[in-house]
Amino acid sequence: MSDALLDCAGLDKRFGGVLALSQVGFSIRRGEIYGLIGPNGAGKTTLFNALTGIYPCDAGGFMFAGKTLAGLRPDQIAARGIARTFQNIRLFGNLSALDNVMIGRHVRTHAGVFGAILRTRATLAEEAAIERRALELLVYVGIAARANDVARQLPYGDQRRLEIARALATEPKLLALDEPAAGMNATETLELRKLLERIRADGTTILLIEHDMKLVMGLCDRVLVLDYGKKIAEGPPREVQRDPRVIAAYLGAAGEGEAA
Amino acid sequence: MNLAAHPRAKWIGFALVALALIGLPFALASVGTAWVRIGNLAILFVFLSLGLNIVVGFAGLLDLGYIAFYAVGAYVYALLASPHFDLHLPFWVILPIGSLVACLFGVLLGAPTLKLRGDYLAIVTLGFGEIVRIFLNNLSQPVNITNGPQGISRIDPFSLGSFSFSKNETILGLAFSGPIKYYYILLVILLLAIVVNLRLQHSRIGRAWEAIREDETAARAMGIDTTRIKLLAFAMGASFGGIAGGMFAAIQGFISPESFVLVESIMVLSMVVLGGMGNIWGVVLGAVLLSFVPELLRYTVEPLQLYLFGRTFIEPEVIRMLLFGLALVLMMLYRPAGLLPSAVRKRELSKAK
Repeated sequence: MSDALLDCAGLDKRFGGVLALSQVGFSIRRGEIYGLIGPNGAGKTTLFNALTGIYPCDAGGFMFAGKTLAGLRPDQIAARGIARTFQNIRLFGNLSALDNVMIGRHVRTHAGVFGAILRTRATLAEEAAIERRALELLVYVGIAARANDVARQLPYGDQRRLEIARALATEPKLLALDEPAAGMNATETLELRKLLERIRADGTTILLIEHDMKLVMGLCDRVLVLDYGKKIAEGPPREVQRDPRVIAAYLGAAGEGEAA
Repeated sequence: MNLAAHPRAKWIGFALVALALIGLPFALASVGTAWVRIGNLAILFVFLSLGLNIVVGFAGLLDLGYIAFYAVGAYVYALLASPHFDLHLPFWVILPIGSLVACLFGVLLGAPTLKLRGDYLAIVTLGFGEIVRIFLNNLSQPVNITNGPQGISRIDPFSLGSFSFSKNETILGLAFSGPIKYYYILLVILLLAIVVNLRLQHSRIGRAWEAIREDETAARAMGIDTTRIKLLAFAMGASFGGIAGGMFAAIQGFISPESFVLVESIMVLSMVVLGGMGNIWGVVLGAVLLSFVPELLRYTVEPLQLYLFGRTFIEPEVIRMLLFGLALVLMMLYRPAGLLPSAVRKRELSKAK
């Protein structure tokens, strides 16, 4: 087996007559921070949704850690070790920050109805471990002071961090982040960058959709550029940046993307 | 100094509540035995509301046919402990069976409705409730199972050996009527049910229900098998309904499909909503209020009118519905999350502000 964690080959996704993804293929190595960029509507989030089982693929598909993900439900994919965040933050808004992360532990814990009703020793121990781990993760992402605050009342940047903590709670091998820096100011983005580097250093591979080019160029080992559902470039950020097709996609015909 | 924070205050409060609950049936009996029966029915409704609260309050699935599970439990009890099939199993065998059968019906209802939400789910569950009732009405031919609209009568009361819960007895100089004896056993079962509910709410499963209610897509992405967890909510809720139904059949001694009409489902849902969806103590309060207040009206409205005007202008039943409607409107205006709302629900409903 190679050191590839995720392989994608020949991926097609159609919405009616629109081909949202066409023959997309790439491979993410273990321990890598892999960027996914492209102008608006290029198919980045569609790719995420296909990866996490929200949409079925029309052709091609993913191999994760040597096994196919075809036909799996989102919860099964999470159990395999892929956790994601959402572009437009989807926290459990009315629950506390701590509860949000504790829910993330669901997939790695086992207590059932009878354990809960009888409060067996195993259940109590597991429950204590869930809470301990959730608190640790809140410390890890730097919002421990907010543990008991209601998620949707947290400042925007903290909500992004909480979403990452919740995703980490599922013990992912691959953390897929959909525009984590959106709406953040320069200081917050810098903090986020440090956090992502730490997550990678601690052994989690990261797949990142991001519009903040400074962040992508500084953080990612390799990037994949999508345009109109097609892969137009792949490689280290420096090279991709100079690729004429990428420059055209961002500045040329569409003319609405930010400068690469 | 904060009195409630005193360590002993908790235990004193606990003891007072316990004393009140123990003394309650005798206080009710001094007004009239009918009131003890009303108290027992109130306990059954608390039980039902707790069960429905799992489905509606915890998991956020609107169920308008909940009374069907009550019916299933009641009929299981009636068929296994009456002269109808000449079976007379003891109640502690039948109640678990009833709860299991109701649980199966819960899964049966849950499975095809998993993809539905909100209004659509409500419509299907409403239909399910009606289907069960109509089946009970018609399963008297060609093989007589439910005895149709005539219902099943002479259902065995609870009994342990020679100790029957339906007979009057004098123990230690106190007169224990049948309903008073039932009151105590119902109370014990209810307290168990409350403990079960509290524990479920603060567990891994309870959190998964909350997650589904908040955001199903996010819950799934976090690895929660929403199909299983939703079915579990239906199954748990239904099994509570099944137990309540069994107790109902035993206390009444007679059941017929007429006891399980749509209005009853709506009544139980109103109790949950009035008390405070998702908050166990709120639900208990709602069920007690909606069980007692209509009865109070029944016993006061007519005599009051006779006393004031010498004749009856408005029937108690009419007043009851009027007040019920008024109460619901006032609730929606001033306490949309219920009398004792759960913190989470309150936040949900204040979203607009």
